[in-house]
Amino acid sequence: MAIDKATVAKIARLARVRVGDAEMTSLAGELSKILTFIEQLDEVDAAGVEPMTSVVQMGLRRRPDGVTDGDKRDDVLKNAPDAMAGFFTVPKVVE
Amino acid sequence: MELNDLTIAEMQDGLRARKFSATELAKAALAAADRAKVMNIFITETHERTLAMAAESDQRFAKGMARPLDGVPVAMKDLFCTKGVRTTAASHILDAFVPTYESTVSANLWRDGAVLLGKTNLDEFAMGSSNETSFFGPVENPWRKLGDARSRVPGGSSGGSAAVVAARIAPGATGTDTGGSIRQPAAFCGIAGIKPTYGRCSRWGIVAFASSLDQAGPMARTVRDCAILLQSMAGYDAKDSTSADLPVPDFATAITGDIRGLKIGIPTEYRVDGMPAEIAAVWDRGAQWLRDAGAEVRPVHLPMTKYALPTYYIVAPAEASSNLARYDGVRFGLRVPGTGDLTGMYEATRGEGFGKEVRRRILIGTYVLSAGYYDAYYLKAQRVRSLIARDFQKAFEQVDALLTPTAPSEAFARGEKSGDPISMYLNDVFTVPASLAGIPGMSVPAGLSGNGLPLGLQVLGRAYDEETVFRVAGVLEQAAAFAAKPEPWWVKP
Amino acid sequence: MGQAVTEPAPQLFDGATGKWEVVIGLEVHAQVSSQSKLFSGAATEFGAEPNSQVSLVDAAMPGMLPVINAYCIEQAVRTGLGLKAAVNLRSVFDRKNYFYPDLPAGYQISQFKQPIVGEGEIFIELADGAVRRVGIERLHLEQDAGKSLHDQHPKFTYVDLNRSGVALMEIVSKPDMRSSEEAGAYVRKLRTILRYLGTCDGNMDQGSMRADVNVSVRKPGGALGTRCEIKNVNSMRFIQQAVEYEARRQIEVIEGGGTIAQETRLYDANTGVTRSMRSKEEAHDYRYFPDPDLLPLVLTQAEVDAIKATLPELPDEKRRRLENELKISPYLAKVLVAEKETADYFEVLVAEAGKRTGKKPAEMGQDSANLLVMELFGLLNKDGRTIEASPVSAAALAGLLALRLDGTISGLASKEVLAEMFATGKDAASVVDEKGLRQVSDTGEIERLVDQAIADNPKQLAQFKAGKETMLGFFVGQVMKMSQGRANPAVVNDLLRKKLAG
Repeated sequence: MAIDKATVAKIARLARVRVGDAEMTSLAGELSKILTFIEQLDEVDAAGVEPMTSVVQMGLRRRPDGVTDGDKRDDVLKNAPDAMAGFFTVPKVVE
Repeated sequence: MELNDLTIAEMQDGLRARKFSATELAKAALAAADRAKVMNIFITETHERTLAMAAESDQRFAKGMARPLDGVPVAMKDLFCTKGVRTTAASHILDAFVPTYESTVSANLWRDGAVLLGKTNLDEFAMGSSNETSFFGPVENPWRKLGDARSRVPGGSSGGSAAVVAARIAPGATGTDTGGSIRQPAAFCGIAGIKPTYGRCSRWGIVAFASSLDQAGPMARTVRDCAILLQSMAGYDAKDSTSADLPVPDFATAITGDIRGLKIGIPTEYRVDGMPAEIAAVWDRGAQWLRDAGAEVRPVHLPMTKYALPTYYIVAPAEASSNLARYDGVRFGLRVPGTGDLTGMYEATRGEGFGKEVRRRILIGTYVLSAGYYDAYYLKAQRVRSLIARDFQKAFEQVDALLTPTAPSEAFARGEKSGDPISMYLNDVFTVPASLAGIPGMSVPAGLSGNGLPLGLQVLGRAYDEETVFRVAGVLEQAAAFAAKPEPWWVKP
Repeated sequence: MGQAVTEPAPQLFDGATGKWEVVIGLEVHAQVSSQSKLFSGAATEFGAEPNSQVSLVDAAMPGMLPVINAYCIEQAVRTGLGLKAAVNLRSVFDRKNYFYPDLPAGYQISQFKQPIVGEGEIFIELADGAVRRVGIERLHLEQDAGKSLHDQHPKFTYVDLNRSGVALMEIVSKPDMRSSEEAGAYVRKLRTILRYLGTCDGNMDQGSMRADVNVSVRKPGGALGTRCEIKNVNSMRFIQQAVEYEARRQIEVIEGGGTIAQETRLYDANTGVTRSMRSKEEAHDYRYFPDPDLLPLVLTQAEVDAIKATLPELPDEKRRRLENELKISPYLAKVLVAEKETADYFEVLVAEAGKRTGKKPAEMGQDSANLLVMELFGLLNKDGRTIEASPVSAAALAGLLALRLDGTISGLASKEVLAEMFATGKDAASVVDEKGLRQVSDTGEIERLVDQAIADNPKQLAQFKAGKETMLGFFVGQVMKMSQGRANPAVVNDLLRKKLAG
């Protein structure tokens, strides 16, 4: 499937990735090529085949309830670009 | 013999016999690293920590309390979070990130006494097959084509780890493999490397690329050294829900040199159109070596092989697009204000923080998961993935291991494929199927091409049967007797 | 419940073009009563310092991985069983992808296509006594997000991740409700069930229970309209107000020639209106896919059965038992089961009273219920206290009940004793002794008083003898007065009849 610049813009927005206008054009071409490549799968009849959820053949392991973590605000905030008063911050959001 | 030429097994013997100290090994490694800066192998050097850890090892040797890997320098791919040591994933978005935690795999190595020798370069977020997508610049392959001074790529994504071992700076390094990121660079750099079964090594603390495929593994010059490193790296981890709760076998003792009666399959579908004659030849030679060693070699069929790459290039970007959503400029990493509002900050941070290939894969992944396309792309790919895994299961009903080339070519020149994503992706054609099926695969150096560049052979085994993989790889290694070394062109006289 | 289920009588709204019907479905987010989070070991306690209950997993640091909390799985199953729902032995955790500052990973781990619990039901009772069945569509486990504080700084929104990763059960109803009253009754009943089960504390003030309300309108019996989702409504009252406001708004839009856009709206409790939430509207493409860091959750039937075996008696069943076995009136039974604490208190009361009197529950159910609901509740209400904060324990109240049932004190005296117990915390027997309220049933003593009353009032005696039977009441009153209310009225009556007749 060929995808156009508008589609690239839409998915770039969805992925929150800024893409320049010139790159948008080249990306449309590259992504179209990649999609054409992956569309080889159209040749495969996989009807009725269970989609793989994991290559690991075991059950989901569960941990017992109990407080074993947390209480490490300094560690949590250590790499934050702009932490204030014990909070992370982002540009003001209007809901 | 120089200290840097020693294998891990030889270092262990020498250290135990007190022929040299851990500090001497560390200094030799650091000196070699300093001489090789031009190859851009390291993103972060750790001289002080290296020497401090070596000194601790020496103290343990002095007290007679040495651990299995005490004093052995190991370079860490810069995808493993290391406490207090910058961890970047070769991305601008993480270029100042200092974890407050240690990945399980690296912690296991330190527990056993290994000495950290720097954080090695890689493709950004492990997305690439040539190490050209790193924010910190490409790594150079220590090997060069005969009579050609142009830079060759070391493969990727674990290119720095492959180069550090090939250049005799470290005897071993860690890698991660999502679609061939250990095996292909090992082949390109003339070393050994194994991607164990998915679940064998914990993923906790490894910067995620594609969670259902990512698996850590060792890279070293010999099969035995890989076994020694994997012994420490592997093991059940309650912090990783996909970690296998199974005992870790003694991998080194599996390398018996005896493969008599073993059945080895040659997947006919891997003989792809346009396979270079040299690749076909080294493959045939490998099959003959195994036959000569008493194995029964026979063709097997893996009919879904040609669909592995398209499947991979849906599943891996889809997972990546989600895994990389956390890099948003809020809690860690780069933050670019952009237009000033929240969305502007997100878009500027991620637009500037991620390189071109990463952006490309995020967009593809976002697209294949988006409303209206999920069933056609992602769900279909996961169905085909089941079929690919089934192919291997059937093959392993007939044979004990498979032999294939590791990569469809020798190391290519820098810039040769970076303009065309598809031709770059095709590099992983032989490594990706095993990643999709979660089974172990190992690359072993098998010889040199006519251009004087290394070529690798890949051994694939059943899930959790790394022992057979090591056994077969050991026989190939012995038969190939690969003794070539890259000319140390980087050392200025 | 004893009553038959009735068809809904829809709440009708008058519009310019005639009557409109409202259709309501609810998505309730109930916080699992676990100590630690769904996928990390950080604490869930309410009101901690910002970012102090955050693990590296909750902050979505690079390389961090989720490991599921076994207790949360059990509580989801338990709740499913309490809602008479089908438990799915295989369920899958998906990632719901969207960007928001309080969603650290850029995705929420939830269950989309294969939830842990499927269809179930809840019965609700309305003010007029009608009983309705509301279908449950599904229940799934998911992570809560953190908290964004928009009013702490002029230029920045602050983010606190303490709630990030807390386990929620999202309980989705079918669009079965037809009035704001039903919506309120549904949430109340659901809360009661969760609290009986112990799977959620139901504390709406602290956000342990929040509702997203889906509202649409249609002409009675017509096709379903487009629905709007009102997010995070956090009290019963607001739910009802939001429904009514939103229904009227939609009717106005449609009758004005407009169409309803499917959107997310926010209820503003200060103004009582709902408004469009632009921030959530922009990208509605969540790109769900199974979380590759987790495996499918597989339960065994034996595991589910074991949980089933530990289910407590739920409100509907308890109410039936109170009515049928304890012979309690429907009104009192309804009051007793509405709150778990009341029901628990009542069970102790009956058990303790049984120990003290040797009576069977059926012989004193109604008396116990009366004492609790008609008397103790009155005192509690006057004091603004809840049953948990009652100064009179269930055992102490049983002590009072026993004294009353065995005739030690009169009904009148009992009220005085309870008031004193309530004020001082003393037990019933001490109060009775201190105040000398022990009822006199000794016929000798009462006979003396009866004789005295007859002797003192010859005129009234003559009237009685002349056939004025009502004078009996006068004599009873005299005797009671002389005994300071302590004489057993039944004994007094008996003796008077005999003596006056003689």
